[in-house]
Amino acid sequence: MVGIRRGVVGKASYSLFALARNALSYHEDWREAWRSPEPKKHYKVIIVGGGGHGLATAYYLARVHGIRDIAVLEKGWIGGGNTGRNTTIIRSGYLWDESIALYEHALKLWETMSQELNFNVMFSQRGVINLSHSVHEMREMRRRYEAVRLNGVDIEMLSPSEIKKMVPIINIDPNIRYPVMGGILQRRAGTARHDAVAWGYARGADDMGVDIIQNCEVTGFRRKADGAIEGVETNRGFIGADKVGCVPAGHSAVLAEMAGFKLPIQARPLQAMVSEPVKPCIDTVVMSNAVHMYISQSDKGELVLGAGTDSYNSYAQRGSFNIAEHLMAATVELYPITSRLRMLRSWGGIVDTCPDASPILSKTPVPGLYFNCGWGTGGFKATPGSGHVFADLIANDRPNAIAAPFALDRFRTGYLVDEHGAAGVAH
Amino acid sequence: MQQIPCPWCGPRDDWEFHYGAEAHVARPETPSDKSDEDWMGYLYLRSNTKGPFRERWMHAAGCRRWFNVIRNTVSHEVFAVYKIGETPPPLPGEAPAAPDTTER
Repeated sequence: MVGIRRGVVGKASYSLFALARNALSYHEDWREAWRSPEPKKHYKVIIVGGGGHGLATAYYLARVHGIRDIAVLEKGWIGGGNTGRNTTIIRSGYLWDESIALYEHALKLWETMSQELNFNVMFSQRGVINLSHSVHEMREMRRRYEAVRLNGVDIEMLSPSEIKKMVPIINIDPNIRYPVMGGILQRRAGTARHDAVAWGYARGADDMGVDIIQNCEVTGFRRKADGAIEGVETNRGFIGADKVGCVPAGHSAVLAEMAGFKLPIQARPLQAMVSEPVKPCIDTVVMSNAVHMYISQSDKGELVLGAGTDSYNSYAQRGSFNIAEHLMAATVELYPITSRLRMLRSWGGIVDTCPDASPILSKTPVPGLYFNCGWGTGGFKATPGSGHVFADLIANDRPNAIAAPFALDRFRTGYLVDEHGAAGVAH
Repeated sequence: MQQIPCPWCGPRDDWEFHYGAEAHVARPETPSDKSDEDWMGYLYLRSNTKGPFRERWMHAAGCRRWFNVIRNTVSHEVFAVYKIGETPPPLPGEAPAAPDTTER
């Protein structure tokens, strides 16, 4: 980490010592975690989208590939989109080798992220249980369990009574509409503080000279005579770039249209909500694809509940009421103690869903323009891995072994990475 | 709650409907001489417009018939509803479209 830009602390690093020293000046002289510079006329690389994935991309471009002339353009505020709207679940137990490689790459980076960024992202490996509610789902789960094991990743099969032991509040009565028949558990999986991930990567990237420019919306792409990218038009004027990486989540299709091509992506609302804070009652994460609900408890005591997507295209950042109602019905049936629990907040995010429920990490028809999108309902868990491999793709202009299966071209060749089963809606 | 005006049953809540995404995507007339790129376009590439959007809906919990809607994907405002095979009404602020020949 570099030295201070203002303030009294001798080092920008966060530590107990820095905390004590800043107490002497009433905590008024902490330096800003990142600057807010005016955009330069030209950058080597522009990242469009200042969510977790975009900031991670900038961070790894600077740290791993030594490219420091980078701007991250965010139309709102960093981490204000899906990074701050998801239910923070992290796991890597997918079905196909390609996906497991990608998500496990991310999970390994999660395990060292707080130390590397000198920023506590509150990564908590509390385990994630995926429930199964039918004989068919049990078979599918068994298959996924074996696939994950064959890839050397930790996973366990659980019986209903084993689940009950871990999650005492769950209802395993065999006579409910969707009885719990079993589940798989990944103990290394868990949750993290979503905002901290954006802030940590922003601070880390900024330290290496990356310009993070908020309230800067891209309105178009400018191309050279030979078709290659020349830069981006924004509400703060034209900014030139040798390479542009787009990480726009819900607005992927809008940006692709500006660049003159289509993506196999549909924007859908996905909802979540939190309850009033209650005493600790669940110390793991439980997901159910069949009834579209997932639950964990935040450190503040709120139950964090995730719902399914709406079936229609929307950019409204709000979902239908019937989806929320469905979520509550499933929550009360599976966890009867929640029946009189009040919900504090509910919200929606716009997710970029792909036909095979797998992301797109790809070069595009425009030379020098790259897209990282299509994470759909489950991008948060991949944040570090996505940024790491996308930075590699941008720096080297060719995908590495992890990114290669997720190129746009798979929709032409038919080599899809179909993760609908492992992703469910909950991813 | 968003309401979708079914041309046969009138306005109903959106959860009664099945969504069909972009309207007016024609299946290739001569499938055998289409390239892989053409098939990628037909199978996977769909407009994902932010704003007024021509899309298909099916009244799954009602008459079970397909129809087309022009709906704003930001405000969820419905501008027009028209039946399959009818000439698409113009998008807001657009000149009237040519007759639709893609659906048979």
